[in-house]
Amino acid sequence: MGASPEQETALPPADPSAGEKVWSRRGPWRRVLQGLLGSPTAMISAALLVLIVIATLLAPVYAKHVAGTDPFRSGLSAKIKIDGKPVPVMQQSTEGLGLGVTPIGPTWGPQYMLGADGQGRDVAARLLYGGQNSLLIAGASTVLCLLIAAIVGIAAGYLGGAVDGVLSNLIDMIWAFPVYLLAISLSIVMIGKSYAFGPFEISSGSLIVPILIIGLVYVPYVARPIRGRVLALNQSEFVMAARGLGIRPGRILWRHILPNVSTTLIVFAPMLMALNIVTESSLSFLSVGVQPPNASWGTILQDGQTLLYSRPMVSLAPGLAIMVTVLLLNLFGDVLRDVLDPKSARGR
Amino acid sequence: MLAAILSRLLRMVVVMFGISVITFLIFFATPSSDPAARIAGKNAAQETIEAVRKDFGLDRPLYVQYGLMMKRLFITRDLTSFANRGQQIVPAVAAAAPATLSLVSGAAVLWMLGGILTGITAAAWRGRWPDKLLMGISMMAVAMPVFWVGEMVNLITQNRLHDTWAFSWVPALGYTPFSQDPGLWFRSMVFPWLTLAFLYIGLYGRMLRTGIIETYQEDFIRTARAKGLTGRKVLLKHATRSAIIPIVIMFGMDFGVLVGGAAVLTEVVFGINGVGRLTYQALKVLDLPMIMATVLYASFFVVVANAVVDLLCLLIDPRMRRA
Amino acid sequence: MTDLATLTPAAAVGTRPILSIRDLSVSFLGARNSWTRVIEGLSFDVAPGETVALVGESGSGKSVTSLSVLGLLDPATSRLEGSILLDGHDVLKLDEAGMIRHIRGQAAAMIFQEPMTSLHPIYRVGDQIMEALTSHRDMPKAEARRQAIALLERVRIPNAAKRIDDYPHAFSGGMRQRVMIAMALASRPKLLIADEPTTALDVTVQGEILDLLKDLQAEFGMAMLFITHDMGVVAEMADRTVVMLRGRSVEQGPTAAIFADPQQPYTRALLASVPVLGSMKGEPAPLRFPVVDMKTGVAGEALPLRSKPDLTAPILDVRDLVTRFDVRGGMLNRRVARVHAVENVSFRIFPGETLSLVGESGCGKSTTGRSIIRLNDRSTGSVRLGDDDLFGLGAEAMRRKRREIQMIPQDPLASMNPRMTVGDALVEPFLEHGMGTAAEGRAKAARLMDQVGLTAAMLERYPHEFSGGQRQRVCIARALMLDPRLIIADESVSALDVSVKAQVVNLLLDIQDRMGIAFLFISHDIAVVERISHRIAVMYMGEIVEIGPRAEILERPRHAYTRQLIGAVTVPDPARRHLRRNLAVTELRTPIRPLDYAPPVRRYEEVAPGHLVMIEG
Repeated sequence: MGASPEQETALPPADPSAGEKVWSRRGPWRRVLQGLLGSPTAMISAALLVLIVIATLLAPVYAKHVAGTDPFRSGLSAKIKIDGKPVPVMQQSTEGLGLGVTPIGPTWGPQYMLGADGQGRDVAARLLYGGQNSLLIAGASTVLCLLIAAIVGIAAGYLGGAVDGVLSNLIDMIWAFPVYLLAISLSIVMIGKSYAFGPFEISSGSLIVPILIIGLVYVPYVARPIRGRVLALNQSEFVMAARGLGIRPGRILWRHILPNVSTTLIVFAPMLMALNIVTESSLSFLSVGVQPPNASWGTILQDGQTLLYSRPMVSLAPGLAIMVTVLLLNLFGDVLRDVLDPKSARGR
Repeated sequence: MLAAILSRLLRMVVVMFGISVITFLIFFATPSSDPAARIAGKNAAQETIEAVRKDFGLDRPLYVQYGLMMKRLFITRDLTSFANRGQQIVPAVAAAAPATLSLVSGAAVLWMLGGILTGITAAAWRGRWPDKLLMGISMMAVAMPVFWVGEMVNLITQNRLHDTWAFSWVPALGYTPFSQDPGLWFRSMVFPWLTLAFLYIGLYGRMLRTGIIETYQEDFIRTARAKGLTGRKVLLKHATRSAIIPIVIMFGMDFGVLVGGAAVLTEVVFGINGVGRLTYQALKVLDLPMIMATVLYASFFVVVANAVVDLLCLLIDPRMRRA
Repeated sequence: MTDLATLTPAAAVGTRPILSIRDLSVSFLGARNSWTRVIEGLSFDVAPGETVALVGESGSGKSVTSLSVLGLLDPATSRLEGSILLDGHDVLKLDEAGMIRHIRGQAAAMIFQEPMTSLHPIYRVGDQIMEALTSHRDMPKAEARRQAIALLERVRIPNAAKRIDDYPHAFSGGMRQRVMIAMALASRPKLLIADEPTTALDVTVQGEILDLLKDLQAEFGMAMLFITHDMGVVAEMADRTVVMLRGRSVEQGPTAAIFADPQQPYTRALLASVPVLGSMKGEPAPLRFPVVDMKTGVAGEALPLRSKPDLTAPILDVRDLVTRFDVRGGMLNRRVARVHAVENVSFRIFPGETLSLVGESGCGKSTTGRSIIRLNDRSTGSVRLGDDDLFGLGAEAMRRKRREIQMIPQDPLASMNPRMTVGDALVEPFLEHGMGTAAEGRAKAARLMDQVGLTAAMLERYPHEFSGGQRQRVCIARALMLDPRLIIADESVSALDVSVKAQVVNLLLDIQDRMGIAFLFISHDIAVVERISHRIAVMYMGEIVEIGPRAEILERPRHAYTRQLIGAVTVPDPARRHLRRNLAVTELRTPIRPLDYAPPVRRYEEVAPGHLVMIEG
């Protein structure tokens, strides 16, 4: 006795006027990859970002072979050759009252291509070294933030009850603190000291401090949407169906809820990284971020403050670097969001 | 109804209390921070530090210090600064407030007008060159750190092109109160306004554009078109009206946070003595009473902004009014 | 396939049709810049004052046709060819300004399927109607308001003068649809296009709206183009019918002719799949739908259920089930009222039997299903499954007991994890209950896929890669993996197309025949319920008002609500076209009660063996 024959192969597919795309026969992650590969915006911005990272990683190579300077040593008395003639890096100021010294401006040659900063250091080389730190801090703090926010958000959303109450209130209270003020406060308290936790030692001026602070400060920004998503998933039909099938709560969390939360987290990653680059540069600009002798795009901007009118390139270069990197991250992030959440793609 | 309002007020007070405690703990109780050493300055002798400690009452138990500070801040209002001896905290904050208020209010007007115009125009010409141009500019605006934009603006207006007819009217950096010289007040605020607004125009423009385009997918837009309404009416009266609600909510939050002192970067770059700059300077020298006061000031505005936004929601979106 | 001889008789008589579509073709721009034809060579007419129904299943192109008439498709992604003549204007040649001036809200008006979302949520109802009035004519505000109130009264909204200032969310679905109709009538259109206007409404509300439309049509002398998938609605509303399949017109003609003597195989299959209320009179057992051969059009036999229920001991015994939800409101989010979703519900189900729970939205039938398997924790009462009371079990014991009672949901796509293959989804419960190894699980899954009419190869697919009916079969297979003794089908066929619905119903009956599984069938569609049930329970406001054998309930209903419900059902019999139900305008009530409400104790009267009726008053 057979069951009803599969007559639906004779019937038409879903109403095309509903705008359904033709899905390929692959899993959800493959589709994401396909979507990214198919978008020129995503591919170009990803490629350029990779180039930027490689460029910053090549900073030592640049400093040694191209610029021939040590970007961390003051070059107050250094001289370089331009058109065969030796030129001092720090020159007598010719502007205003003619007092003081001004560093050399952009030579557009291999040495001091973008000029020197107030201590006679090669700006171009420092830009690349600074890029290493800026990107490292932004990336690490993004990962840290997403990790903590995921744990907090999932715990609050899934466990509910008292746990949710405590966590939500904590998140709200931290979020009520204006982000920059909180970051500045924490930085001031923590910089200039070293910490020891058992076998770990964080030396004073280590990059871990800004990473920690920037990572922590944006946790509420991510944790709240994650919590919302988990709450929504808890009420969703397929989770209810899984419960009805008698699936254990642990497995529901692992196999049904977590994979669907991960998409939200992934969408946050590029946006958060862009935000963190700007935050780090702002904090370093205010002298409460990366501390000398470490360099970052923010510290170079700090150095450039006093030289703004005489040697604007010291401020222009890192600012442009930040702008380009953030722009590329946002472009990539937009495409990523469209691919992971097709509903919002209609808003393009 | 009254009970609801009272409970809301209570919640606001609780949040502010919580923030003040967190701030206090951060500065007074972190194991490696020693306020006395900070105040006494680097390389101070041990006796100096001890004297400072006694002087400022830092040897008392934490909760006593907290209580005293709160009392002097709110009740007797004679709290004095650690850094500048004899400077009264509350008047200092009160003096800085108008500068920040001027900056943020002016910028707010600009960015709301600009953002709404940008969003609507981009949505109306979706896919064509006005849209691409506006969105390109918006993305760049969002990518540039606000203090860097300020520096570039200063470079042009104060230095490079200062002597040209275009920018010769721009005064030196700094803030002049309106009551003192309205003309000067205005001229010195123009570029700070534009700088701060630029970022938010980009942000809000993008948000509104996306919001309008998403709203166009809604069924009630289809009904409006079927009724025979012109494209312009559908866009402005139906789609925008619905899409603008999240923008208003965001505006409330952003305005509150900025007035409370989050505009610190703009203030520093343009030399405006506002609350943000005051907070930053206090933080740098660990002027703890000033820190407490400014942080409370900031959190007050955040909390008020939250409440106002909730109220606004009820007013502009009738769906929220269901009992 | 278009028989020109059956095209509008009006053309033959000489009056110009109000709408004349000739060789309409519509294509959509899809992925990778390819154009897909969704409508091909469509031609039909609508004469002034007549009602033409466009009937078809999903993908037939009926909605696209209606949107094309008003030019509401996105010009960037759609291409139209052919001609659409509306009141003398060639729609396809008009530009946007011309459409606004002559067609939209002028010669033609349209009402849509989803009244809940078709009105602007932020503007008052009156403002929206006045907008329709003033968009084509200049009118002082006071006059517009006066006319708007008059329109609301015409569509029978009580207390129109007051309600004109309400927002849409203050109206129920049926009321909102009336507001939409009022807006559409504002310009006295010559053609009203109704795109599935009652599909999203409850049965009794649907009846009222259909009556209203018939009256208004007579009063205004409008023509109507009625789009629907419901053959009962077609029979009641339409003078002539156009049957569509995959963008083409398969058959068209006078409704009575099509129903009496369908020519094309597809039309025959469609009509054979429509359950007719009252057709089961004299049938002792549930009856499958006849399967029509798509090539020859010959209908097979409708096979009855062979197995009989085992009446010795019930498999499910529900006593005094109560589920109440808190309503929170105000700024403090405190409890202000309670929804008495399920109030003292009791019934029994025997092995191999199907008990149907019928009612309209808000009556608590779905909540009953969920409460029985403890998917919400707000219920009290006693639910005995076999020897155990489900409400007395601990968490782990309950989890294991779930094997025996499974649920097939309403929305199969939403109840499957989009990131899991179908194979994994089927094997997961098998493994979770320790029923065997993974290999055994996959073998069983493959077997079950065959039994539900799919293939084992489909186990590799993801849920979105199936059609609606196929997904529902997958859910059925998933439920069967655990060898349950009872299956709760919660509106499982409601969202399916007519022909697919028939196939899935047949499948459920096959399963019952072969495996002796009992069913609790929750539905609002009484015609389907008639075919599949042994016994029926009618729910209203959270309570069972009548319960008994199928023949008793449907042929001799005693409770007033049961009678109202049965009377509202559309019957695919064109002879009923001029019938009016004369129902009072009702707002369906949800059982929200104040916190101190004490539910009255209900008593039931047994009016026939096994047939109980709640005593009112």
